[in-house]
Amino acid sequence: MSAATGTIDDVRRRPVDTLVAWTRRNGWTLSLLAILALLLVFTKMVNPSYGVSGIQGLAISVLPLAFAAAAQAVCVIGGGIDLSIGSMMALTSVVAASQMKGQSEELGVAIVLGVLLLGLVLGAINGGVIVVTRVPDIVVTLAMAFVWGGGALLVLKTPAGGSAQWLKDLVLGSAGIDWIPKAAVVLLVVVALVWIPLRRSKMGLSIYAIGSNRLAAFRSGVSVGRTKIIAYALTGLFAALAGLSLTASTGIGNPVPGPYTLMSVAAVVLGGVSLAGGRGGVFGPIIGVLILVLIQNDMSFLSLDPNLALVSQGLILIGVVMFGSLIQWRRSRR
Amino acid sequence: MSATPQTEGWRTAAGGRRLVREQPIIPLAALLVLVVVIYALVRPGVVTTDWAGVILRAAVPLAILAGCQTLTMLTGGIDLSVGAIASMAGFMVASLLSGPGLGVGLAVALGAAVLAGLLTGIGVGIFRVHPLIMSLGVSFVVLGLANAWQIITVQSSTGVPAELRTLGADRFAQLFPYSFVVFVPLAAIILIGLRRTGYGRMLYAIGDNPVAARLSGARGWQVLIVLYVISAVMAAVAGFLLAGLTNVASVTLADSLVLPSVAAAVIGGTSIFGGRGGFGGTIVGALILTVISALLTALGLPEAVRQILFGTIIVVVAAAYSRVTGETTG
Repeated sequence: MSAATGTIDDVRRRPVDTLVAWTRRNGWTLSLLAILALLLVFTKMVNPSYGVSGIQGLAISVLPLAFAAAAQAVCVIGGGIDLSIGSMMALTSVVAASQMKGQSEELGVAIVLGVLLLGLVLGAINGGVIVVTRVPDIVVTLAMAFVWGGGALLVLKTPAGGSAQWLKDLVLGSAGIDWIPKAAVVLLVVVALVWIPLRRSKMGLSIYAIGSNRLAAFRSGVSVGRTKIIAYALTGLFAALAGLSLTASTGIGNPVPGPYTLMSVAAVVLGGVSLAGGRGGVFGPIIGVLILVLIQNDMSFLSLDPNLALVSQGLILIGVVMFGSLIQWRRSRR
Repeated sequence: MSATPQTEGWRTAAGGRRLVREQPIIPLAALLVLVVVIYALVRPGVVTTDWAGVILRAAVPLAILAGCQTLTMLTGGIDLSVGAIASMAGFMVASLLSGPGLGVGLAVALGAAVLAGLLTGIGVGIFRVHPLIMSLGVSFVVLGLANAWQIITVQSSTGVPAELRTLGADRFAQLFPYSFVVFVPLAAIILIGLRRTGYGRMLYAIGDNPVAARLSGARGWQVLIVLYVISAVMAAVAGFLLAGLTNVASVTLADSLVLPSVAAAVIGGTSIFGGRGGFGGTIVGALILTVISALLTALGLPEAVRQILFGTIIVVVAAAYSRVTGETTG
């Protein structure tokens, strides 16, 4: 109903209306930004010395998780879910670290490109298996989590390897101005380069379509299987970026997957992407990641038990999702 | 329903499909036998009653956790908090042993599990939060609180009670683990409960068609709250047995069993979309997974190859299922 009234008088729109519509459409992301701003103020209050180094540390520590959240967002928008993101990160990270150790900087560029390609292939295999076997996404990616995790152990048994210097320099330190960390710039540029053209393309629309209503998308001529494979391939690409940023920030590759898979699901839901598919974007989840990590930092500044951060992350996740479903419920009642 | 078309049908391919769809336990049992035979061929002389006892003992906690997944998956849900709850329960009993004693420890652990289950159930049943997210959030909360509890009680003893060690690890006549004292009645209650009680049928109804279930008068939210409490209590029981079996009390003890528990339920023929499956298949699924992982260990394969094969087997079995039952994601 409300969507229909919004489009009819599209012809003569005042700028204010456009702004109001934009605010309404991005309401969830804007409220997340407000929460993030409040959290930053709170952080400054509890820790007056929080400044440049704090922001930079935050940017580097969220980088892998932010890419993981973007990865999860793409396939969840397409109506799926990928429980193998943590394992894909481990695999791409160890491949990058083991190949780059002791190599020249120039070869490092080729290796990074190869690892990104590897991510695309891993994701495409996930999507391909889902499409071919017709087994539910959650089961396939659960099983593939074992496969990719085992692959990571084949490459490296223990944390080892190295990283090209330029890759480390890419994320460490600040970009000109002290307050803008390089990691944040890298994150924004890379995600924008991949996501914004996609969102505006026919393929992006198709991904939203198969997530929103698979049958309707099929009947409108969308190739559901191909779109699904591409969505998962993009998930793999973002997972490879997450794995590379792990290698870049730690300087090594660790074959044991971190807690990234489940955290990415949490961040995606917090970021306003519906698990039912077809709704949301990648920037909301990235803000969700910032909020989750900042809470953890604040807990340590308040010299509280860091485990309480886990508790509060869980409670915030539950609270936000309950709030979201309440809003949806009231809207559907109207 | 006349008997003639059915008996005719068994001989055809369609009949074979129906057999798998309606009695998945028969082909599953065949698969289990096949895996055991492979084990016997690979390691001649190892497959004895003693070996079977060890396998059964290891499969019991996994089967109980997979039971949690089966029950929740029947309604179209999933419970990812079982690992955190099971670990918390085992750790709680161990940490309360030196002071208040075993009885208090068991009661506190079960009480905490009930609270966690209530929280999940309220979120899923009343607020309609996706079960995956709700149980994930609850698992964060449980793990965090258990960790905080660990730090508070760091000075007290954290040995696993001797009673739990006996229950979890010892065997009667080499073959039957003592944990069967808990597991057999539990399995009987679930199997009979799913088939014969109104509550059991309600789980299938909600998973099969939630709207129809609601219109026929089922109070879905009440069913779901009770369901997630049951699941949490079962997870706690599995945690007691696992702590006894491994003689370890750690707040992350059962984490590695969460994904296998989902896999066991899926291999056992329970649909992740709800409405189809049962606990019998899940028990065989848990046994198959346990034998396979023992087999992969016995072959002396490195951990990496074992994981890859494990994942591949799950996909293949699940794919075979969806081919046979005709149930697809489209």
